[in-house]
Amino acid sequence: MKYIDEFQDPDLARRLLDDIHSTVTRPWALMEVCGGQTHTIIRHGIDQLLPEQVELIHGPGCPVCVTPLEVIDKALEIASRPGVIFCSFGDMLRVPGTGRDLFQVRGAGGDVRVVYSPLDALRIAQQNPDREVVFFGIGFETTAPPNAMTVYQARKLGIRNFSLLVSHVRVPPAIEAIMQSPSCRVQGFLAAGHVCSVMGVEEYPELAERFRVPIVVTGFEPLDILEGVRRTVAQLERGEHTVDNAYPRAVRPEGNAAARAMLEDVFEVTDRAWRGIGVIPDSGWRLSAKYRDHDAEYRFSVDGIQTREPAECRSGEVLQGLLKPHECEAFGTLCTPRTPLGATMVSSEGACAAYYLYRRLDLTPAPREASPVV
Amino acid sequence: MCLAVPGRVLDIEERDGTRMANVDFGGVVKEVCLEYLPDLQVGEYAIVHVGFALQRLDEESAKQTLELFATLGMLQEEFGDPWEMAAETGGTLPPEGEGARL
Repeated sequence: MKYIDEFQDPDLARRLLDDIHSTVTRPWALMEVCGGQTHTIIRHGIDQLLPEQVELIHGPGCPVCVTPLEVIDKALEIASRPGVIFCSFGDMLRVPGTGRDLFQVRGAGGDVRVVYSPLDALRIAQQNPDREVVFFGIGFETTAPPNAMTVYQARKLGIRNFSLLVSHVRVPPAIEAIMQSPSCRVQGFLAAGHVCSVMGVEEYPELAERFRVPIVVTGFEPLDILEGVRRTVAQLERGEHTVDNAYPRAVRPEGNAAARAMLEDVFEVTDRAWRGIGVIPDSGWRLSAKYRDHDAEYRFSVDGIQTREPAECRSGEVLQGLLKPHECEAFGTLCTPRTPLGATMVSSEGACAAYYLYRRLDLTPAPREASPVV
Repeated sequence: MCLAVPGRVLDIEERDGTRMANVDFGGVVKEVCLEYLPDLQVGEYAIVHVGFALQRLDEESAKQTLELFATLGMLQEEFGDPWEMAAETGGTLPPEGEGARL
């Protein structure tokens, strides 16, 4: 096999693959929700090691990719203002807004800083009391608790020049939206492991039951993905649709209670637009009224932004699993990591970036390993 | 960004009323907030995301994951210089037409 020797434990990988191959009797389409999982799958060619009947569909689990253009443009506008220090995680730097990105704003004189943790941004605010420090708070349920804690700390310490530009998103409403779409082909989900490290698995049984779809909590290392696929396919073949935890070393059923309590205190659920997809009801968080003083949208007047999406970019369809990256006409020509049309090409978790990085010379389906000649 | 990396707690201290630790990620040491895992102790491993410990991890799994991430260059992705990486992927303008030539 082309890639399997690179696995951490090739023997175990082979056994898992053999099990999947011997279990499958008909076609199944599984969606991996997390962008980190997408990268593992493409990097290791896992999709090509699986039986032909098992198709992996890439989901909307890249937080950078789903952040709406309007929010990116608000970030660019705030970051351009004099007196503002705009802090962000590094992977937002090259996400295209309407006509520019944060990297270019810095080049034009904006004070854009990259931090490892939101607490670093809070420290910058402490050290610069005469400046407004804004942190770009994006991400799923894994990133929201750190950002929530940072706002809580700002309030507790009386740091008034710190605010959060919030665009947090939640996975379960996205799963619901995908399953309700008339063009949905997904029959099973590999749920994002680290989201469940925080939230546990309580939100999923109702979804699994309502849509009769197995949901298997899955890590993002190569063997984790194979085990997630194995368990999902086994359920589908047996006609079952339950929630199963294939990542118990990092996921407790109840998640992290302290983090969940902080989320409830600092944020409230709101409708949220997803880039390329549109508004999904109850799919996001915003700061609750108690913390509004730390909400950058309230602090800075950034209304009236006119957004403009490149017409050639089909990342919305990629994010919904309706299109594979290389099936887009702009892929690798008009759209590359150097000249990205959409965030999916530039984010370190974007599906288009994964295809470009690991499969750009191999855009047609790679040949499967020939059957052994007896 | 969504990547969470296992690390080992080196030492713990209170700062501004917050429990913080120095955590070792296969050689890179970062400050990490322990408020979401308040009973984590020196020597233990946890999954850390953007400077916050989110869930305990056993030593063997943590070491295996760190080794794998190091092999795949993912630790560099997580802890390397983001400006450098952004410039490498095209933060500087590409030569005329390069984007369309691939």
